[in-house]
Amino acid sequence: MTQEVPPPYTALTRHPMMPRVDHDEAARFNFLANFNRYLSGTIGAGNKLAYEKRVLPAFRAEHGRDPQHRNEIRKAMNRDPWHRMWSALKRNSMELRQHNGRQTTLRQLDQLDALARQFNAHSGQLELDPAVAQPHYQTAVDIHCQPGGYHTEERAGDVAAGANYDVGIFATTGGAMGALNDGGGAAVAEWAKRAHPDFRPKRILDIGATVGHNALPIAQAFPDAEVIAIDTAGASLRYGAARAAGLGVKNIRFVQASGEDLSRWPDGYFDWVQTTMFLHELSGKALPKVLGEASRVLAPGGLIFHIEQPEYSDAMPLYEQFMRDWDAFNNNEPFWSSMHAFDLKDVITRAGFPRDAQFEVGVRAVVDRTIFPDAPSGEAEDYGRAAVWNAYGAWKPLAQVAAA
Amino acid sequence: MSDDAPLDWIARAGKRAKGKRPEYFDDPAIDRLLSLATALASEVSVLRERLDTVERLLEAGGSLERRAIEEYVPDTAAGYERGVATKAYIARIMRGYQQEVEALEAVDPPVQDWVEKLARE
Repeated sequence: MTQEVPPPYTALTRHPMMPRVDHDEAARFNFLANFNRYLSGTIGAGNKLAYEKRVLPAFRAEHGRDPQHRNEIRKAMNRDPWHRMWSALKRNSMELRQHNGRQTTLRQLDQLDALARQFNAHSGQLELDPAVAQPHYQTAVDIHCQPGGYHTEERAGDVAAGANYDVGIFATTGGAMGALNDGGGAAVAEWAKRAHPDFRPKRILDIGATVGHNALPIAQAFPDAEVIAIDTAGASLRYGAARAAGLGVKNIRFVQASGEDLSRWPDGYFDWVQTTMFLHELSGKALPKVLGEASRVLAPGGLIFHIEQPEYSDAMPLYEQFMRDWDAFNNNEPFWSSMHAFDLKDVITRAGFPRDAQFEVGVRAVVDRTIFPDAPSGEAEDYGRAAVWNAYGAWKPLAQVAAA
Repeated sequence: MSDDAPLDWIARAGKRAKGKRPEYFDDPAIDRLLSLATALASEVSVLRERLDTVERLLEAGGSLERRAIEEYVPDTAAGYERGVATKAYIARIMRGYQQEVEALEAVDPPVQDWVEKLARE
């Protein structure tokens, strides 16, 4: 019988900026990729069993009704010994991933920094602006338990944050994102080419790009377009720009800027504004601001496209909402819970896109399936990390020019 | 630390992520023990994979006398390299304890507070 296992870490492309991993470092990521699948797949079912067999009956006995909100389920499940142990294991797995990635990255930081400096000095693809402040929703906690978040420097001008993100995301996603960890961006590019073969964007903006995993495949799919990848975190952009240069992708620039303030770009400047797994890292006030700015800089007839996890609609069972909410409370994603409870389509409407201009599609990571297997979905899905997403898109109406 | 000073990568790699860590068990000792156990589980897996690599390489192209393993004495450089590896290993399996010490120095409200705050602001 063939076993479903993650690909070996060594299947990843060793692009020039990728931190070198020795035998045991690769083996550590192999363990975690496998362990994460075990936690969400093999023993993940224990959570639902615990819920149905004892937590829900106890809740009914105590309250005389079913839970009416995912938060009620969470409070009840957080008292359950199985769910506590499972959560503790999963939290440890996230921490191990960070620790392993940081050991690998920091032991060779001198070489990585030197190489990045070389790439960035010659490519002209990096534009930092130290005046850009780190927003409070990025600094309140270190998002997904990455020590220092995306933005903190280990020392002035270093690339550790981006390098650690790149070297270890394989473990977090169970190896389902492809050889360059770019299965998300590749899926977006493939969708655009397939669904809209006549779409020829000239200028593309990727907001919250971090190291550009998901922006690069778009730049590669549209070689005549100019792609601008922005983020507030200079420490990640530095690595991302050098990574792009190392991979020979030239039609992309990494610019330090906040999605909340795109004032350096005029109205209607871009033909496509993209975010990939980014909106859940904002805040309740920042989200509409970012979408409003995205709308403003988008040309009439242009595309906004947001890749996210599915929203918690009334159709989604409360138990699934609770499971999808795990990261908010256990993996330092504090906006995750409220963001997914928003009707994103409403927020997009308020940003200037009428409902009939909007659409929703499901996308899966596009990877080399001979090496990288399909990510498990359904009951065994690793919620929040699986390489399957919802995309919320809209075409900016042409008529809006006259109305504005 | 000046920018030219060598980076203590073992100490720095174990930095704790900002944000109050959930307490999964009533007795914090169990949280610590589980951190150690998962890290150890990882390292045993790594050792097995390394041994498998060695066995496959030997089988493919060479041979080894078991006695040579028993009698092996590392030279100064090898002794140092192994010391560094062991130190980094200990830092990996002891993360839970080391970060609890870091947490004692930090002032972190529960993540729930941020959840509510970020929904509003």
